[in-house]
Amino acid sequence: MSSVDALIEGLAGVGYIASRRIATALYMAVHLQKPILVEGSAGVGKTELALSTAALLGLPLIRMQCYEGLDESKALYEWKYGKQLLYTQILKDRMGAQLADAVDMDAAMDRLHGMGDLFFSEPFLEPRPLMKALQEDDGCVLLIDEIDKSDEAFEAFLLEVLSAYQVSIPELGVLKAKTPPIVFLTSNNVRDLGDALKRRCLHLHIPLPDAALERKIVASRVPGIEAKLTHELVAFVQSLRTLDLRKSPSISETVDWARALILLNAESLDGEVVRDSLNVLLKFEQDIAAVEPQIVELIRRPLV
Amino acid sequence: MQGAMEDFLRALRAADVKVSPVEAIDAHLTVAMVGFADRELFKDALCATLAKTADEVDRFDETFETFFARETFQMEPPPQGADGEPEAMPPEVAGSELAQMLLNGDVSALAQAMEAAAERAQVSSIRLSTQRSRLTRKMLEEMGLAEIEQIIAAAKKLEDARSQALVGRLEAGKKALTEEAQRYVDRQHELYASESGKNLREELLARKALNAEGGIDPQDLAMMQALVKKMAKRLADRYSRRRNRARRGHLDVRRTLRRSMAYGGLPFEIVWKTQKVEKPNIVAICDVSKSVAAAAQFLLTFLYSLNEVVDRMEAFAFSGRMISVNDLLDDNKVETAILEVLKKIGFQQTDYGKSLEDFCEQHLDQIDRHTTVIFLGDARSNYADPRIDLFATIQKRCRAMIWLNPEPESYWGQGDSVMHRYERFCHVAKPCNTLAQLERIIEDVLRTYVPH
Repeated sequence: MSSVDALIEGLAGVGYIASRRIATALYMAVHLQKPILVEGSAGVGKTELALSTAALLGLPLIRMQCYEGLDESKALYEWKYGKQLLYTQILKDRMGAQLADAVDMDAAMDRLHGMGDLFFSEPFLEPRPLMKALQEDDGCVLLIDEIDKSDEAFEAFLLEVLSAYQVSIPELGVLKAKTPPIVFLTSNNVRDLGDALKRRCLHLHIPLPDAALERKIVASRVPGIEAKLTHELVAFVQSLRTLDLRKSPSISETVDWARALILLNAESLDGEVVRDSLNVLLKFEQDIAAVEPQIVELIRRPLV
Repeated sequence: MQGAMEDFLRALRAADVKVSPVEAIDAHLTVAMVGFADRELFKDALCATLAKTADEVDRFDETFETFFARETFQMEPPPQGADGEPEAMPPEVAGSELAQMLLNGDVSALAQAMEAAAERAQVSSIRLSTQRSRLTRKMLEEMGLAEIEQIIAAAKKLEDARSQALVGRLEAGKKALTEEAQRYVDRQHELYASESGKNLREELLARKALNAEGGIDPQDLAMMQALVKKMAKRLADRYSRRRNRARRGHLDVRRTLRRSMAYGGLPFEIVWKTQKVEKPNIVAICDVSKSVAAAAQFLLTFLYSLNEVVDRMEAFAFSGRMISVNDLLDDNKVETAILEVLKKIGFQQTDYGKSLEDFCEQHLDQIDRHTTVIFLGDARSNYADPRIDLFATIQKRCRAMIWLNPEPESYWGQGDSVMHRYERFCHVAKPCNTLAQLERIIEDVLRTYVPH
């Protein structure tokens, strides 16, 4: 974490090939203690970045997957209703014995107030991911995945957690993190996030990588792949991206394809192998139909 | 550095990158942390703190490159003396720093002097392109151009060879300096003012009547399509999602009791009522005949953007007959989609009656009580039977009937327009012929007539 270059090396050590921009953003996030909002199309390694950072720093990773309808009782904390109910039952049973010798109503009330009230207390609190992250004393990596899938209301509720690293529980007061966690938010741009949230975060847009970077990624993710095959398949994927497809293949698809090619014992790309494994790379029927007739031509293109 | 940062933030704001005060503070903290020795690190770090969407990143990159570009001066090196030593300064220029710099060809000093002069002349407050020449002049004056002109005038009077040479060199230097200053001011204009001009044009375009004489300028067309795209994205963000809205506070007694069975009748799991959000269901019918030729493109653009916003939309276009254009809109980009539709059935004689017949025969089953029907057209039916009865049938089946007419309200019912007869069956009938109106109406439509 001492410099951006050290960070790039460290991430490479845990298997994540980061571009300079990614590493700089991460470096800033750690030093400014700000959450980092990672955007980019599906499969460019947004979630992977958080996982790798956790691995690099040796911190626990707490992950929260967002979805429509997610609310604070699932994200932050919830009271253990069952235990609370049992507690009141026990209380009721004991109450009679405790208050039996009180002379009148006032004395009984006084004694009741004297008893400790545990109904809303930490033992009855069920921490959910956000609160768990704040309770980690040595810090942790908190990954809030696909924040764009959650509701606007939830976004507003995140603001306190993200800017002050604390949460207010009405019954208990404010809970503050001893060590602020490193927070990653990822977004697929399903909807625009609010300005208030964006303002509190650093922003990182991960684009599709260029050929050189992608070759490095494939080599690191698929050990034992031949350099020649890497070269060919990356060039093929890069040329696919220039076509007008519904879903261009992203890094995760490239890596999957590389693994598939190794399983198929392919030493270099030829029309047949590509045709057989094209469904690993392209996820829409129309895309496959559009690319299939051009396969041979795409392979013949000079390597970039 | 603080001044430069302030200017940079201002340039970013001019380029439509939103920079709030908090982000400005972050930017300063960033600079304090990374320093500015490494240009790339400096740029990436600032980018992470300031640009918050992919578009903004692009604009940030552009602005950064322009702002921190300092091209070196194009300046001839000073002539070398016989012994390789630079020539001694002529006595005339002793009083003028600028002249000395020019004669020395000291580019870095000149660049610094120009920065300082630009600050004094407040070049960065430039707003309009007409200010450019005045600011250039002012900046040069701040640098001390007057001194040089005096020296040149004085030297011209002496008619010996040495003075003439000096005049020549100073003139050349002055020319280079002026060009450089112009370039500098141009760059500043591009940074701070070009966006405001573009915004103004966009605003005018949004309010321009689209069925005006001659339709839309070809050069405005690209901009309009960009505007429509932006608008569609904005609307889509607001209306495309949310299928289930939780309504906290209303207990669902039935389901809570059902769940409590597992806990011996104790209501451990509380269930709250939720509201189902229905997907908007829209049928849009667009007139592309000769009488609306000027507005047809605009109406189709609207249809196209609506198609992007709403999941379930059936689109039809007609002039003489009616056809479904869903596939055309889905498969093509906006420009080609519009051309395809017009090629297929555009610019023929309108016949509202025939088209309604076509619709009722083939597509009436697509309309049920959840459907909102949007009609786009001028209701000019060439005196043919408007088939109000069919229109009424459609209206009875649908949830809401909305008519958007590109003609102003005063034209309705004049000549062959039967707008008033149709209007009786519409929930809303509104004139709509500018982009600004269009956006407002789509919003109204989506909010009021589309169930959610």
